[in-house]
Amino acid sequence: MGKLYYELCKDYRFKEGMKTCINCGTCTAICPAAEFYKYDPRKIVDTVQRKNDDDILALLKSETIWYCGECMSCVTRCPRKNGAGLVVMALRTLSTRLGYFTESERGRQLYPLSKALNGNILNYGYCVHPETFKYEDHPESGPVFEWVLNHKEDVYARVGANYMKSGPGALRKIEKEDLDELKAIFDETGGTAHMEMIEEGSKKKAAEMGMEMDEYLKYTFEHCSPGHFNNE
Amino acid sequence: MIYQGKQKIWSDYQKEIPSDHWFYARSCIRQSFFPASEVYFLKICRDLLGKDIYETAHHTTCGGISYHSDTIPQETVMTIVARQFALMTEAGYKNLVCSCITSFGNYTEILETWREFPELEARIREHLWKACRREFEKPEYVAHASDLIYKFRNDIAERAKYRLVNKETGEPLRVVEHIGCHYSKMFPHKGVGGAEYPCVLSGMAESWGGQVIDYPERRHCCGFGFRQYLVKANRGYSLSNTHKKFESMEPFHPDLIITNCPGCPYFLDRWQYVISEMNGKTYGENGYGIPVFTYEELAGMVLGYDPWDLGLQMHQVAVEPLLDKIGIEYDPSKKYLGLNEKDIMRPALPSVMKCC
Repeated sequence: MGKLYYELCKDYRFKEGMKTCINCGTCTAICPAAEFYKYDPRKIVDTVQRKNDDDILALLKSETIWYCGECMSCVTRCPRKNGAGLVVMALRTLSTRLGYFTESERGRQLYPLSKALNGNILNYGYCVHPETFKYEDHPESGPVFEWVLNHKEDVYARVGANYMKSGPGALRKIEKEDLDELKAIFDETGGTAHMEMIEEGSKKKAAEMGMEMDEYLKYTFEHCSPGHFNNE
Repeated sequence: MIYQGKQKIWSDYQKEIPSDHWFYARSCIRQSFFPASEVYFLKICRDLLGKDIYETAHHTTCGGISYHSDTIPQETVMTIVARQFALMTEAGYKNLVCSCITSFGNYTEILETWREFPELEARIREHLWKACRREFEKPEYVAHASDLIYKFRNDIAERAKYRLVNKETGEPLRVVEHIGCHYSKMFPHKGVGGAEYPCVLSGMAESWGGQVIDYPERRHCCGFGFRQYLVKANRGYSLSNTHKKFESMEPFHPDLIITNCPGCPYFLDRWQYVISEMNGKTYGENGYGIPVFTYEELAGMVLGYDPWDLGLQMHQVAVEPLLDKIGIEYDPSKKYLGLNEKDIMRPALPSVMKCC
């Protein structure tokens, strides 16, 4: 057994999701990502269960482990109770921990994701929040949501939310004492260290690509190179 | 309850949902895009049905979206959830009901993982104590808010002012039900009807007079895919999945769609707008889209609450043709007014899909 396989075995999602794959391909047949991306969960699970470090290393640096949408349809259908989605989650965490995520375009997207989602959790108490949801980043949210965002206080008050105010209710302000507890949880459980690994790896990669961090953030959020899709 | 014979076989698909005393946890996405749905869930349960649903201002996200976008480790999300459990314990509750399907899947996954690996639960208890000086009891029951509305569907039907019926023809409306993936695909025994016969939404639609239609991609994901939507470069994945579903349901002429995940109604509503702008195609009647509702909105509609109090003006697809079909009363001039009828302008119109 290789060192990387041993590292994967420490992940509880790997313990749950990697039993004995019989290579039937049911996970790939049901997978929404496999239909659009050059993605085959059967091959990923089969590669991992061969326990070859070189092959696992190639996966950690690859685009393919970032194509899964984590809908977990594969978990329902696997006749051997594997979870390809869970194996992918373990691979992504290991790729991040070892700094290989910046080797792929899709892996590098961890930078804008961490900035947005973890920033929202630590500043607003929720993963998604209207205060940071910008229409220019989300034109698909439609003219109706552009109107909502331009009149946030009025629209949310009209429909009964408690927008950015104290007390219970939808979209209430999360008080500092509660945000401090979330920060303490991040510090204690490795969440902060995980964010720092993403930040450090991204800075190194941005320098390699000759970009300032603002430019790198925008590029990783918006840029899609050819080659990801089945129809290409 | 002890089941025998055929009842025993079907018992795997049943949920014995406690009828009262719940600790409520809000959703990142539902409160942002469908805040009135959370307002009306509480109003229906508390004011109409007399149930005890408790909310503390101190609760937060469960961290599920971040976890499924791989930006926080498993022990971080578990400790955030452990803090929610601690708030529930401190408030004296044993049943937890959450607004979000990602949260429901997250709570369920965490409790199941701790059941299999008790040493991990012990470590999380230690983390929570060190970080927050809090302790917790695990909930005796975790439900999604749609489970409660399903449980009370007949109580709602008894009090309903309207039914999901075409007022002109008397025919039942054709309803597409779309269940969020993390409701029962990971842990089928935790959802009403499991992954094979999920009836949490079809049960509501039928109780309220509608006819549920089957179509080939009924169980296909809406296409959220966490990072596949959240990163702008990846959104083709999300759009393509929704497109696939609409192409599949189109021949069955649905009147409306009901959903239980907070993300699905947003995607199924907004990607219809994008498809219309990109391809010039609309899926509803006469150039409109197919309206997509949360289960709270649909319950509120049949109960006769004002559509604008329910927040239906925050949808991109116009709901008025459906309101007219059912005969629901509304004042079109008040659709986009703020509190106390304040004029806050109105959204621009899409270039293809008709809106009112």
